[in-house]
Amino acid sequence: MADAALVEQMLSTPERAAAVAKGGARDARFRALTFSAALVVVLVFIGVMASLIDGAMPAIRAFGWSFITSTAWNPVTEKFGALPSIYGTLVTSFLAMLLAVPIGIGIAIFLTEICPRPLRRPIGTAIELLAGIPSIIYGIWGLFIFAPWFQVHVQTPFVDAVADIPYLQDIFGGPPYGIGLFTAALILSIMILPFISSVTRDVFETVPPMLKEAAYGLGCTTWEVMWRVVLPFARTGVVGGAMLALGRALGETMAVTFVIGNDHHIHESLFAPATTISASIANEFTEAVGDLYTPALIELGLILFFVTFVVLAGAQLMLYALERRAGGAS
Amino acid sequence: MSVVNSGLYMRRKFRSTALLTLSVVAAVFGIDWLFFILGALFYNGFTSLDLKVFTSMTPPPGDDGGLANAIFGSVVMSGLAVLLATPIGLLAGTYLAEYGRYGRLAFFVRFVNDILLSAPSIITGLFIYVLVVYQTPASYGTKLCTAVLGSNCFMGHFSAVAGVLSLMVIVIPVVVRTSENMLLLVPNGLREAAAALGAPRSSVIRTVTWRAARAGIVTGVLLAVARISGETAPLLFTALNNNFWSTDLSQPIASLPVVIYLYATSAYEYWHRLAWAGALLITATVLTISIIARLLQPKRS
Repeated sequence: MADAALVEQMLSTPERAAAVAKGGARDARFRALTFSAALVVVLVFIGVMASLIDGAMPAIRAFGWSFITSTAWNPVTEKFGALPSIYGTLVTSFLAMLLAVPIGIGIAIFLTEICPRPLRRPIGTAIELLAGIPSIIYGIWGLFIFAPWFQVHVQTPFVDAVADIPYLQDIFGGPPYGIGLFTAALILSIMILPFISSVTRDVFETVPPMLKEAAYGLGCTTWEVMWRVVLPFARTGVVGGAMLALGRALGETMAVTFVIGNDHHIHESLFAPATTISASIANEFTEAVGDLYTPALIELGLILFFVTFVVLAGAQLMLYALERRAGGAS
Repeated sequence: MSVVNSGLYMRRKFRSTALLTLSVVAAVFGIDWLFFILGALFYNGFTSLDLKVFTSMTPPPGDDGGLANAIFGSVVMSGLAVLLATPIGLLAGTYLAEYGRYGRLAFFVRFVNDILLSAPSIITGLFIYVLVVYQTPASYGTKLCTAVLGSNCFMGHFSAVAGVLSLMVIVIPVVVRTSENMLLLVPNGLREAAAALGAPRSSVIRTVTWRAARAGIVTGVLLAVARISGETAPLLFTALNNNFWSTDLSQPIASLPVVIYLYATSAYEYWHRLAWAGALLITATVLTISIIARLLQPKRS
């Protein structure tokens, strides 16, 4: 006791008190600094919303809710509607997901179960690297290499083949341009593929080996283990990853802009040119003149932001829940 | 008849083999596309690449030229964006990992940051467009900017500054996310040991945790560089383009992605060649940076 009191007395010198006070003041300043940096992030988010609403205001006032349901797009008469762009965005993203999710999960199964062990890391790394390739690269490849090839070797024979079949002739009819809605969806699916497969593989690897071994021990085949044990366990992560990919597909600009043809009409045929929200903005923004053209394009951006926000927020909340579960389990 | 040869067993085994084969096919199919793209890019890129690409300016129609001003513009804008955004991102990540942690506000910041991280980059471009480019001479922002910077004011028109700002909006969330993750990997024992020596918390963070997480933070910054070096959409309506060598940040400036976009969609064959050369340069940069980042990345437990 006496020792403790002595130490206490030795420590409570004026120098120490000054040092503690100085340290405390520095702490408070530093904390405030990091706090304001965190606030910057929130301010940017609020700024994005506010500036989009502000920039779109003239169009919102002029068209109201009819902007979303109108198919008009006439810069000369200043009549604008978002429906063709929304339609293009939703259809290309839907088709891209339809193709990329099964193939991406297939790649993940291949990488976690089938691929010879020495090849797993190199192939996995290659796929992750490809996920980082800028979208403009996919765009330029789509325009110069894929679209011409697709036009000659797939579209033309396919259009001929379905020419007399009811329904199909409408969905896949029309002149084969090479570029169009379907081409954009294909490029988009190739683009989000590495993303989906690397997220899915990561989630598959979190499945405890014990669970799989138990299933194998009961006599399950490899497929049954994947389908009934691994996938249900990894469900939240796979869906969250797929939704992140959907968010990416919805907002993807350059890969789509190059190959979609920028046509503000809704065509029955999937091979016909179309447009998406982001492609309309990228294609027309710098040429937009007049009081309503630019605001209409910004309002398109606002709609895109809203849609991707809903998708991404859902994805994030699912992934947070997953993290909490993983944290609790370990 | 043994169990192994029963119909049910054979059916299950067949089903498993068939579906696994299908997933191999999916993998081969999916990975092939990615290699086709890289193959076409390297072939067209290397056949279009020559010294003039690095030394000449972007040409007007009908003329010969290179990409020198676009390369310069990309390097300047990406460099400035990373330089300015990294401190903000690092500090915000520090708040989340060291101070906020489980608080309500930290949860909200984390959520908003993750949304910004995956929000479409074209939205970022629109944001800075409205904030900077769309301003009229009469707006308060423009008046303030003119008062401070004089004739160098960047408000009210396309400029390199606007391009830098839009890239910063992309860099900040990436750095926040990675630095938070990396700081959380630092063992608490280190913090406690430093605190027990009597170091104030801010010194603990600056001299111990940041240092311990340095490799990871550098990785995050590199990933952010890789991410923005191919960004086109946000630059289209902020920095626009410039056919001349420009070092004035208050004026429009060329960048590789925008030049690739404009040239690839043009009707001229030699512009297409330049677009391929630029695409190769960007991809090579992104791949190199990503590989370096991967080598630096600390092993996760």
